[in-house]
Amino acid sequence: MKKKKASYLNLFLTMLKIGAFTFGGGYAMIALLETELIEKKKWIGKEEFLDMVAIAESTPGPVAINSATYIGYKTGGVIGSAVATLGVVIPSFTVIFLISLFYDAFLSLDFVGRGFRGIQVCVVYLIFSADLKLLRQLERSVFNAVVLLLVAAVMLLSSLFARGFSSALCLLLCGGAGLAVYWCAPRRKKGGDFS
Amino acid sequence: MIYLELFFAFLKIGAFSFGGGYGMISLIRETVLSHAWMAEEELLNFIAVAESTPGPLAVNMATFIGASQAGFWGSLAATFGVVLPSFVVILIIAGLITNLLQYKGVAAFLKGVRPGVVGLILATAVTIGLSTLFSFSTVGDALRPDGAGLLILGALAALHLLSVRLRKKAPSPILMILFSAFLGILLY
Repeated sequence: MKKKKASYLNLFLTMLKIGAFTFGGGYAMIALLETELIEKKKWIGKEEFLDMVAIAESTPGPVAINSATYIGYKTGGVIGSAVATLGVVIPSFTVIFLISLFYDAFLSLDFVGRGFRGIQVCVVYLIFSADLKLLRQLERSVFNAVVLLLVAAVMLLSSLFARGFSSALCLLLCGGAGLAVYWCAPRRKKGGDFS
Repeated sequence: MIYLELFFAFLKIGAFSFGGGYGMISLIRETVLSHAWMAEEELLNFIAVAESTPGPLAVNMATFIGASQAGFWGSLAATFGVVLPSFVVILIIAGLITNLLQYKGVAAFLKGVRPGVVGLILATAVTIGLSTLFSFSTVGDALRPDGAGLLILGALAALHLLSVRLRKKAPSPILMILFSAFLGILLY
Protein backbone atom coordinates (compact mmCIF):
# COMPACT_ATOMS: atom_id res chain seq x y z
CA MET A 1 0.00 0.00 0.00
CA LYS A 2 1.32 3.41 -0.93
CA LYS A 3 1.69 5.83 1.93
CA LYS A 4 0.80 9.46 1.53
CA LYS A 5 2.34 12.49 3.20
CA ALA A 6 0.14 14.50 5.50
CA SER A 7 0.03 18.25 5.89
CA TYR A 8 0.09 19.50 9.49
CA LEU A 9 -3.37 20.99 9.11
CA ASN A 10 -4.78 17.77 7.71
CA LEU A 11 -3.13 15.80 10.52
CA PHE A 12 -4.48 18.19 13.14
CA LEU A 13 -8.04 18.11 11.79
CA THR A 14 -8.04 14.31 11.46
CA MET A 15 -6.92 13.90 15.06
CA LEU A 16 -9.40 16.51 16.22
CA LYS A 17 -12.15 14.45 14.62
CA ILE A 18 -10.90 11.25 16.21
CA GLY A 19 -10.59 12.95 19.60
CA ALA A 20 -14.16 14.22 19.33
CA PHE A 21 -15.71 10.85 18.51
CA THR A 22 -13.97 8.39 20.80
CA PHE A 23 -16.35 7.58 23.59
CA GLY A 24 -15.43 4.88 26.04
CA GLY A 25 -11.66 5.03 25.84
CA GLY A 26 -8.81 3.85 23.70
CA TYR A 27 -10.07 0.53 22.37
CA ALA A 28 -13.09 2.13 20.74
CA MET A 29 -10.67 4.54 19.14
CA ILE A 30 -8.57 1.88 17.46
CA ALA A 31 -11.39 0.89 15.10
CA LEU A 32 -11.92 4.53 14.18
CA LEU A 33 -8.18 5.06 13.64
CA GLU A 34 -8.05 2.03 11.38
CA THR A 35 -10.70 3.27 8.93
CA GLU A 36 -9.47 6.84 9.06
CA LEU A 37 -5.71 6.28 8.73
CA ILE A 38 -5.35 3.13 6.67
CA GLU A 39 -8.39 3.17 4.41
CA LYS A 40 -9.14 6.85 3.91
CA LYS A 41 -5.88 8.75 4.35
CA LYS A 42 -3.43 5.92 3.62
CA TRP A 43 -0.87 7.48 5.97
CA ILE A 44 0.17 4.17 7.44
CA GLY A 45 0.12 0.54 6.29
CA LYS A 46 -1.69 -2.37 7.96
CA GLU A 47 1.51 -3.88 9.35
CA GLU A 48 2.72 -0.65 10.84
CA PHE A 49 -0.71 0.03 12.26
CA LEU A 50 -0.60 -3.26 14.18
CA ASP A 51 2.88 -2.36 15.47
CA MET A 52 1.52 0.98 16.58
CA VAL A 53 -1.36 -0.62 18.49
CA ALA A 54 1.06 -2.97 20.26
CA ILE A 55 3.29 -0.05 21.23
CA ALA A 56 0.39 2.16 22.32
CA GLU A 57 -0.99 -0.59 24.52
CA SER A 58 2.24 -1.52 26.22
CA THR A 59 3.63 1.93 26.96
CA PRO A 60 2.27 4.04 29.81
CA GLY A 61 -0.42 6.63 29.18
CA PRO A 62 -3.78 6.63 27.42
CA VAL A 63 -3.91 4.56 24.21
CA ALA A 64 -5.45 7.52 22.32
CA ILE A 65 -2.56 9.85 23.17
CA ASN A 66 0.08 7.23 22.44
CA SER A 67 -1.42 6.42 19.03
CA ALA A 68 -1.75 10.09 18.08
CA THR A 69 1.86 10.85 19.00
CA TYR A 70 3.10 7.82 17.07
CA ILE A 71 1.13 8.55 13.92
CA GLY A 72 2.01 12.23 14.11
CA TYR A 73 5.69 11.37 14.23
CA LYS A 74 5.49 8.86 11.40
CA THR A 75 3.68 11.29 9.12
CA GLY A 76 5.24 14.60 10.10
CA GLY A 77 8.21 14.23 12.45
CA VAL A 78 8.42 15.89 15.86
CA ILE A 79 6.18 18.81 14.86
CA GLY A 80 3.71 16.34 13.38
CA SER A 81 3.54 14.42 16.65
CA ALA A 82 2.96 17.63 18.63
CA VAL A 83 0.23 18.72 16.20
CA ALA A 84 -1.47 15.30 16.30
CA THR A 85 -1.35 15.03 20.10
CA LEU A 86 -2.75 18.53 20.49
CA GLY A 87 -5.53 17.69 18.05
CA VAL A 88 -6.61 14.54 19.87
CA VAL A 89 -6.60 16.26 23.30
CA ILE A 90 -8.43 19.49 22.42
CA PRO A 91 -11.98 18.05 22.11
CA SER A 92 -11.99 16.33 25.49
CA PHE A 93 -10.25 19.30 27.12
CA THR A 94 -12.87 21.70 25.79
CA VAL A 95 -15.87 19.52 26.62
CA ILE A 96 -14.70 18.74 30.17
CA PHE A 97 -13.66 22.33 30.87
CA LEU A 98 -17.12 23.56 29.86
CA ILE A 99 -18.77 20.85 31.96
CA SER A 100 -16.66 21.82 34.98
CA LEU A 101 -18.18 25.32 34.88
CA PHE A 102 -21.72 24.02 35.42
CA TYR A 103 -21.01 20.73 37.15
CA ASP A 104 -21.71 21.66 40.77
CA ALA A 105 -24.93 23.51 39.98
CA PHE A 106 -26.07 20.54 37.88
CA LEU A 107 -25.31 17.98 40.57
CA SER A 108 -27.05 19.95 43.28
CA LEU A 109 -30.41 19.43 41.53
CA ASP A 110 -32.32 16.87 43.58
CA PHE A 111 -33.20 14.38 40.83
CA VAL A 112 -29.72 14.62 39.32
CA GLY A 113 -28.20 13.76 42.68
CA ARG A 114 -30.47 10.72 42.99
CA GLY A 115 -29.71 9.70 39.43
CA PHE A 116 -26.00 9.84 40.19
CA ARG A 117 -26.42 7.56 43.21
CA GLY A 118 -27.67 4.98 40.74
CA ILE A 119 -24.83 5.81 38.37
CA GLN A 120 -22.24 5.19 41.11
CA VAL A 121 -23.41 1.58 41.26
CA CYS A 122 -23.09 1.40 37.48
CA VAL A 123 -19.50 2.63 37.58
CA VAL A 124 -18.60 -0.11 40.07
CA TYR A 125 -20.16 -2.58 37.62
CA LEU A 126 -18.26 -1.08 34.67
CA ILE A 127 -14.91 -1.30 36.47
CA PHE A 128 -15.59 -4.94 37.38
CA SER A 129 -16.50 -5.88 33.82
CA ALA A 130 -13.51 -4.01 32.39
CA ASP A 131 -11.30 -6.04 34.71
CA LEU A 132 -12.98 -9.31 33.72
CA LYS A 133 -12.35 -8.49 30.08
CA LEU A 134 -8.63 -7.94 30.76
CA LEU A 135 -8.56 -11.13 32.83
CA ARG A 136 -9.92 -13.15 29.90
CA GLN A 137 -7.16 -11.82 27.63
CA LEU A 138 -4.47 -12.74 30.14
CA GLU A 139 -2.46 -15.87 29.42
CA ARG A 140 -3.22 -18.73 31.85
CA SER A 141 0.02 -19.24 33.75
CA VAL A 142 1.12 -19.75 37.33
CA PHE A 143 3.17 -16.56 37.22
CA ASN A 144 0.20 -14.44 36.11
CA ALA A 145 -2.10 -15.97 38.71
CA VAL A 146 0.41 -15.42 41.53
CA VAL A 147 1.14 -11.80 40.58
CA LEU A 148 -2.54 -10.97 40.07
CA LEU A 149 -3.72 -12.45 43.37
CA LEU A 150 -0.80 -11.05 45.35
CA VAL A 151 -1.34 -7.54 43.99
CA ALA A 152 -5.10 -7.68 44.54
CA ALA A 153 -4.67 -8.98 48.11
CA VAL A 154 -1.98 -6.47 49.09
CA MET A 155 -3.85 -3.49 47.64
CA LEU A 156 -7.20 -4.54 49.09
CA LEU A 157 -5.82 -5.20 52.58
CA SER A 158 -3.79 -1.97 52.62
CA SER A 159 -6.91 -0.02 51.73
CA LEU A 160 -9.12 -1.86 54.26
CA PHE A 161 -6.58 -1.15 57.00
CA ALA A 162 -6.24 2.46 55.80
CA ARG A 163 -2.56 2.04 54.96
CA GLY A 164 -1.70 3.61 51.66
CA PHE A 165 0.35 1.46 49.29
CA SER A 166 1.38 3.21 46.10
CA SER A 167 0.03 1.50 43.00
CA ALA A 168 2.91 2.98 40.98
CA LEU A 169 5.40 1.23 43.26
CA CYS A 170 3.28 -1.89 43.03
CA LEU A 171 3.53 -1.95 39.22
CA LEU A 172 7.28 -1.39 39.37
CA LEU A 173 7.57 -4.39 41.69
CA CYS A 174 5.48 -6.47 39.25
CA GLY A 175 7.77 -5.44 36.41
CA GLY A 176 10.73 -6.37 38.61
CA ALA A 177 9.17 -9.78 39.24
CA GLY A 178 8.81 -10.23 35.48
CA LEU A 179 12.51 -9.43 35.01
CA ALA A 180 13.56 -11.67 37.90
CA VAL A 181 11.69 -14.66 36.46
CA TYR A 182 13.18 -13.98 33.04
CA TRP A 183 16.74 -13.86 34.39
CA CYS A 184 16.34 -16.98 36.50
CA ALA A 185 14.42 -19.07 33.97
CA PRO A 186 17.24 -20.03 31.52
CA ARG A 187 19.26 -21.60 34.33
CA ARG A 188 16.49 -24.04 35.19
CA LYS A 189 15.55 -25.04 31.68
CA LYS A 190 15.47 -23.32 28.36
CA GLY A 191 12.70 -20.71 28.37
CA GLY A 192 11.27 -22.05 31.64
CA ASP A 193 7.54 -22.03 32.28
CA PHE A 194 7.62 -18.33 31.58
CA SER A 195 7.33 -18.05 27.85
CA MET B 1 2.10 26.06 44.28
CA ILE B 2 -1.12 24.47 43.06
CA TYR B 3 -0.17 24.50 39.35
CA LEU B 4 3.03 22.56 40.00
CA GLU B 5 1.22 20.22 42.37
CA LEU B 6 -1.38 19.48 39.68
CA PHE B 7 1.27 19.11 37.01
CA PHE B 8 3.39 16.61 38.96
CA ALA B 9 0.45 14.62 40.31
CA PHE B 10 -0.85 14.06 36.78
CA LEU B 11 2.63 13.56 35.35
CA LYS B 12 2.89 10.57 37.69
CA ILE B 13 -0.50 9.28 36.56
CA GLY B 14 0.55 9.63 32.92
CA ALA B 15 3.82 7.83 33.55
CA PHE B 16 2.47 4.86 35.51
CA SER B 17 -0.84 4.09 33.90
CA PHE B 18 -0.52 0.88 31.93
CA GLY B 19 -3.29 -0.99 30.19
CA GLY B 20 -5.42 1.92 29.02
CA GLY B 21 -8.92 2.83 30.21
CA TYR B 22 -9.45 1.53 33.72
CA GLY B 23 -5.79 0.56 34.02
CA MET B 24 -5.22 3.99 35.51
CA ILE B 25 -8.16 3.91 37.88
CA SER B 26 -6.30 2.88 41.02
CA LEU B 27 -3.58 5.48 40.59
CA ILE B 28 -6.13 8.21 39.82
CA ARG B 29 -8.20 7.23 42.85
CA GLU B 30 -5.17 7.17 45.13
CA THR B 31 -4.03 10.60 43.88
CA VAL B 32 -7.34 12.46 44.07
CA LEU B 33 -8.23 11.00 47.47
CA SER B 34 -4.84 11.70 49.04
CA HIS B 35 -4.84 15.32 47.83
CA ALA B 36 -8.48 15.63 48.95
CA TRP B 37 -9.36 16.83 45.45
CA MET B 38 -12.41 14.56 45.39
CA ALA B 39 -14.36 12.24 47.69
CA GLU B 40 -15.10 8.66 46.65
CA GLU B 41 -18.66 9.39 45.45
CA GLU B 42 -17.49 12.44 43.49
CA LEU B 43 -14.87 10.29 41.80
CA LEU B 44 -17.50 7.74 40.75
CA ASN B 45 -19.79 10.51 39.49
CA PHE B 46 -17.01 11.93 37.41
CA ILE B 47 -15.98 8.55 35.97
CA ALA B 48 -19.54 8.30 34.64
CA VAL B 49 -19.24 11.78 33.11
CA ALA B 50 -15.90 10.82 31.55
CA GLU B 51 -17.44 7.63 30.12
CA SER B 52 -20.18 9.70 28.47
CA THR B 53 -17.90 12.35 26.98
CA PRO B 54 -15.20 11.90 24.33
CA GLY B 55 -11.56 11.35 25.20
CA PRO B 56 -9.45 9.18 27.50
CA LEU B 57 -10.43 8.93 31.17
CA ALA B 58 -7.05 10.20 32.37
CA VAL B 59 -7.20 13.33 30.21
CA ASN B 60 -10.81 14.04 31.23
CA MET B 61 -9.90 13.57 34.87
CA ALA B 62 -6.87 15.87 34.59
CA THR B 63 -8.85 18.62 32.89
CA PHE B 64 -11.68 18.40 35.41
CA ILE B 65 -9.58 18.27 38.58
CA GLY B 66 -7.34 21.04 37.26
CA ALA B 67 -10.33 23.25 36.51
CA SER B 68 -12.04 22.59 39.83
CA GLN B 69 -8.85 23.26 41.82
CA ALA B 70 -7.30 26.17 39.94
CA GLY B 71 -9.46 27.28 37.00
CA PHE B 72 -8.34 27.32 33.39
CA TRP B 73 -4.59 27.37 34.02
CA GLY B 74 -4.97 24.57 36.51
CA SER B 75 -6.72 22.40 33.97
CA LEU B 76 -4.04 23.21 31.43
CA ALA B 77 -1.24 22.32 33.87
CA ALA B 78 -2.85 19.00 34.83
CA THR B 79 -3.69 18.02 31.23
CA PHE B 80 -0.17 18.89 30.07
CA GLY B 81 1.22 16.76 32.90
CA VAL B 82 -0.85 13.69 32.04
CA VAL B 83 -0.01 13.86 28.32
CA LEU B 84 3.71 14.60 28.58
CA PRO B 85 5.00 11.10 29.58
CA SER B 86 3.13 9.41 26.69
CA PHE B 87 4.39 12.01 24.29
CA VAL B 88 8.03 11.67 25.32
CA VAL B 89 8.02 7.87 25.55
CA ILE B 90 6.35 7.44 22.15
CA LEU B 91 8.68 9.95 20.50
CA ILE B 92 11.65 7.99 21.83
CA ILE B 93 10.20 4.71 20.57
CA ALA B 94 9.06 6.01 17.18
CA GLY B 95 12.18 8.05 16.56
CA LEU B 96 15.12 6.42 18.31
CA ILE B 97 14.54 2.91 19.60
CA THR B 98 12.10 1.48 17.07
CA ASN B 99 12.53 -2.07 18.38
CA LEU B 100 12.23 -1.25 22.10
CA LEU B 101 9.47 -3.81 22.58
CA GLN B 102 11.66 -6.53 21.07
CA TYR B 103 14.22 -6.17 23.87
CA LYS B 104 13.90 -9.25 26.06
CA GLY B 105 14.21 -7.20 29.25
CA VAL B 106 11.43 -4.79 28.27
CA ALA B 107 9.19 -7.68 27.25
CA ALA B 108 9.86 -9.43 30.58
CA PHE B 109 9.10 -6.25 32.53
CA LEU B 110 5.78 -5.84 30.70
CA LYS B 111 4.93 -9.51 31.34
CA GLY B 112 5.12 -8.72 35.02
CA VAL B 113 3.17 -5.49 34.73
CA ARG B 114 0.24 -7.00 32.81
CA PRO B 115 -1.19 -9.30 35.53
CA GLY B 116 -0.33 -6.56 38.04
CA VAL B 117 -2.68 -4.13 36.29
CA VAL B 118 -5.51 -6.69 36.37
CA GLY B 119 -4.88 -7.21 40.10
CA LEU B 120 -4.84 -3.47 40.77
CA ILE B 121 -8.15 -2.89 39.00
CA LEU B 122 -9.67 -5.86 40.83
CA ALA B 123 -8.63 -4.44 44.22
CA THR B 124 -9.97 -1.01 43.28
CA ALA B 125 -13.27 -2.47 42.10
CA VAL B 126 -13.73 -4.45 45.33
CA THR B 127 -12.75 -1.45 47.49
CA ILE B 128 -15.12 0.93 45.72
CA GLY B 129 -17.84 -1.74 45.59
CA LEU B 130 -17.65 -2.33 49.35
CA SER B 131 -17.79 1.37 50.14
CA THR B 132 -20.58 2.17 47.67
CA LEU B 133 -22.84 -0.83 48.26
CA PHE B 134 -22.06 -1.67 51.89
CA SER B 135 -20.72 1.63 53.35
CA PHE B 136 -17.68 -0.43 54.34
CA SER B 137 -14.33 1.25 53.75
CA THR B 138 -12.03 0.21 56.61
CA VAL B 139 -11.95 -2.72 59.00
CA GLY B 140 -14.21 -1.88 61.93
CA ASP B 141 -16.95 -0.23 59.89
CA ALA B 142 -20.37 -1.81 60.23
CA LEU B 143 -21.55 -3.58 57.08
CA ARG B 144 -24.64 -1.66 55.93
CA PRO B 145 -25.99 -3.05 52.66
CA ASP B 146 -27.65 -0.53 50.36
CA GLY B 147 -30.80 -2.33 49.16
CA ALA B 148 -31.53 0.01 46.26
CA GLY B 149 -27.90 -0.16 45.14
CA LEU B 150 -27.88 -3.96 45.16
CA LEU B 151 -31.13 -3.94 43.20
CA ILE B 152 -29.56 -1.66 40.57
CA LEU B 153 -26.49 -3.91 40.42
CA GLY B 154 -28.75 -6.90 39.77
CA ALA B 155 -30.69 -5.01 37.11
CA LEU B 156 -27.44 -4.05 35.35
CA ALA B 157 -26.25 -7.66 35.36
CA ALA B 158 -29.62 -8.73 33.92
CA LEU B 159 -29.41 -6.06 31.21
CA HIS B 160 -25.88 -7.19 30.40
CA LEU B 161 -26.84 -10.87 30.14
CA LEU B 162 -29.93 -10.07 28.09
CA SER B 163 -27.94 -7.96 25.65
CA VAL B 164 -25.27 -10.63 25.24
CA ARG B 165 -27.97 -13.27 24.70
CA LEU B 166 -30.03 -11.25 22.19
CA ARG B 167 -27.54 -8.98 20.44
CA LYS B 168 -24.34 -10.96 21.00
CA LYS B 169 -22.57 -7.99 22.57
CA ALA B 170 -22.38 -6.10 25.85
CA PRO B 171 -24.58 -3.00 26.18
CA SER B 172 -22.70 0.28 25.66
CA PRO B 173 -21.47 1.97 28.86
CA ILE B 174 -23.57 5.05 28.08
CA LEU B 175 -26.75 2.95 27.86
CA MET B 176 -25.93 1.32 31.21
CA ILE B 177 -25.24 4.70 32.81
CA LEU B 178 -28.57 6.12 31.60
CA PHE B 179 -30.41 2.99 32.75
CA SER B 180 -28.89 3.18 36.24
CA ALA B 181 -29.56 6.93 36.48
CA PHE B 182 -33.22 6.22 35.75
CA LEU B 183 -33.33 3.49 38.41
CA GLY B 184 -31.50 5.79 40.83
CA ILE B 185 -34.13 8.53 40.48
CA LEU B 186 -36.85 5.91 40.92
CA LEU B 187 -35.39 4.11 43.94
CA TYR B 188 -33.54 6.66 46.10
